[in-house]
Amino acid sequence: MPENGILLNVENLKMWFPITQGIVIQRHVGDIKAVDGISFFIRRGETLGLVGESGCGKSTTGRAILQLYRPTAGEVYFEGENLCKLKGEKLRRMRRKMQMIFQDPYASLNPRMTVGNIIGEPLEVHNILKGKALKERVQELLRVVGLNPYFINRYPHEFSGGQRQRIGVARALAVNPSFIICDEPISALDVSIQAQIINLLEELQEQFGLTYLFIAHDLSVVRHISDRVAVMYLGKIVELTDRDTLYNDPKHPYTQALLSAVPIPDPFVEEKRRRIILEGDVPSPANPPKGCNFNTRCPVVMDICRENEPEFKDIGGEHWVACFRV
Amino acid sequence: MAVAERTVRLETPVRKERSPWGDAWYQLTRNRVAVSSLVFISLLILVAIFAPVIAPYHFAEGSLEDNYAPPGDKYLLGADFMGRDILSRTLYGARVSMSVAIVASLVSLLVGLTVGVISGYVGGRVDNIIMRIVDIIYAYPFIVFVILMQVYFKALSRRGEAGGIAGAIIELDSKAGGMLFVFIAIGLVNWLQMARLARGQVLSYKEKEFVEAARSVGASGGRIIFRHLLPNIIGPLIVAETLQIPTYIFLEAFLSFIGLGVNPPTPSWGAMISEGFKGLRSYPHLIAAPAIALCLTTLAFNFLGDGLRDALDPRLRGTT
Repeated sequence: MPENGILLNVENLKMWFPITQGIVIQRHVGDIKAVDGISFFIRRGETLGLVGESGCGKSTTGRAILQLYRPTAGEVYFEGENLCKLKGEKLRRMRRKMQMIFQDPYASLNPRMTVGNIIGEPLEVHNILKGKALKERVQELLRVVGLNPYFINRYPHEFSGGQRQRIGVARALAVNPSFIICDEPISALDVSIQAQIINLLEELQEQFGLTYLFIAHDLSVVRHISDRVAVMYLGKIVELTDRDTLYNDPKHPYTQALLSAVPIPDPFVEEKRRRIILEGDVPSPANPPKGCNFNTRCPVVMDICRENEPEFKDIGGEHWVACFRV
Repeated sequence: MAVAERTVRLETPVRKERSPWGDAWYQLTRNRVAVSSLVFISLLILVAIFAPVIAPYHFAEGSLEDNYAPPGDKYLLGADFMGRDILSRTLYGARVSMSVAIVASLVSLLVGLTVGVISGYVGGRVDNIIMRIVDIIYAYPFIVFVILMQVYFKALSRRGEAGGIAGAIIELDSKAGGMLFVFIAIGLVNWLQMARLARGQVLSYKEKEFVEAARSVGASGGRIIFRHLLPNIIGPLIVAETLQIPTYIFLEAFLSFIGLGVNPPTPSWGAMISEGFKGLRSYPHLIAAPAIALCLTTLAFNFLGDGLRDALDPRLRGTT
């Protein structure tokens, strides 16, 4: 059970999407195991980075935590309450405390609504503010995310990608949440804009004491913003520890390969960098390999990896690794 | 507040702010053909409403000595085989065509939109069942159905046996000059296309991130449908519906032409063409006016539909 100071505790979360066949009568023929039994916790006020390659289940994890998808199995405790068991009005009330910032700022804002309506929607939905007070709050939020309050009556198409993402951030902040899931909030932006959004997120965290789950595939960004980092591969977390340990002393061969791919902005060091090139492709999540998920591509694979699944265990100092080599 | 200090101050923009709808309206007003069509249709609606005031004669009033009178001083566009003024009958005929255009399109839009949105939004088994029902109705030969319905009700009323619901329907129909069956016939068929279109639109929009954002905020299903989905999907549906209106007008003309439409002496362009068509060689002026009116009206709706499509979805401009 969660110890003190833990805001979110995820236990053995599974999100399987059924594969069905047939037109009228649908037969269940298998599952896409997008998230297959992951456990972690996030402390109040910290940022947990979640990295992994495309399709490994990062975004699904975020959506399953927010109950946008109903998890197949497992528990999500938020402030001690099991979100998976909540329904209807109770769940709706919990949504005030957790919000999400989306990846694509072009798809996440309704093109037919004004900025004021978009940012004010959470406040309206929860009946928090109305009329003039609502408008003032929206203007304040615009100011907080560094936009001109004058923009309130404009439509999303009048803004650039970075500005749109700021609008998305303002919407997430509207109901004063304590926890925000950032689902690759910068991967759709220009590099020059990425830093602005990252800085904004950091400032807001300081200002409002926010807790982030920061989903990304850019390792250097995650290194910059996270306190702790979890590495996902094919629906499972393979390694989870604090940032410095992960980047300086990665234990899991997948983490090592991932980190070796980061270019270093120093020509002398860069020359000595040895990349671990992984062979083959990620197996299909509909049919993951037997044993360790990573055994088909692991450079240091052993026989046991093809038979048994390694346990996700703490090797000391809150450093969890799922590998027989450790 | 460290962030607030960085707020970018911009000059007050001179450009007037426009909503997506305002933008579409602006685009439409710049399209000359569409605007002329809109003006023409508006005039036609006015004609339909004020037909009794404008028309020189009543549509049923005629004198047999004037039958087949050529265009002249007494009858501007001539008179038909019963000596009725063709101009007056054409003006009154606008009533039928405009009613069909408006009622049939509203009915098919409302029914189709409701069914399509429910089907697409709920999804899963409900979607499957609704769409299969739509498929089945779609496969049914529509003309056969209309003929059977008309024959059944008309036979009942002629024998004077109609009572209960059938009697009420027949009475309503005769009050509407025989238009009710035309509405029912057209409405029954055309909501299917709208339902399919609406469902497709909902399916493509409901997975968008802004809908997900609304759900993550805790918005209810109704709010998502009315605030997020409908405003985004209504544009293509209006365009499709406008482009369907000529079909409705034609369908009414066709039904009247084969004698299943409005009851005589109610004038309908289709019925007038049917009557005049028998003497086409000797008296071509009998069908000239209704035929031209029919052509211009369908053209106007087509151009308006094209204009609306260009205005609402600029990416489709220039395509057919």
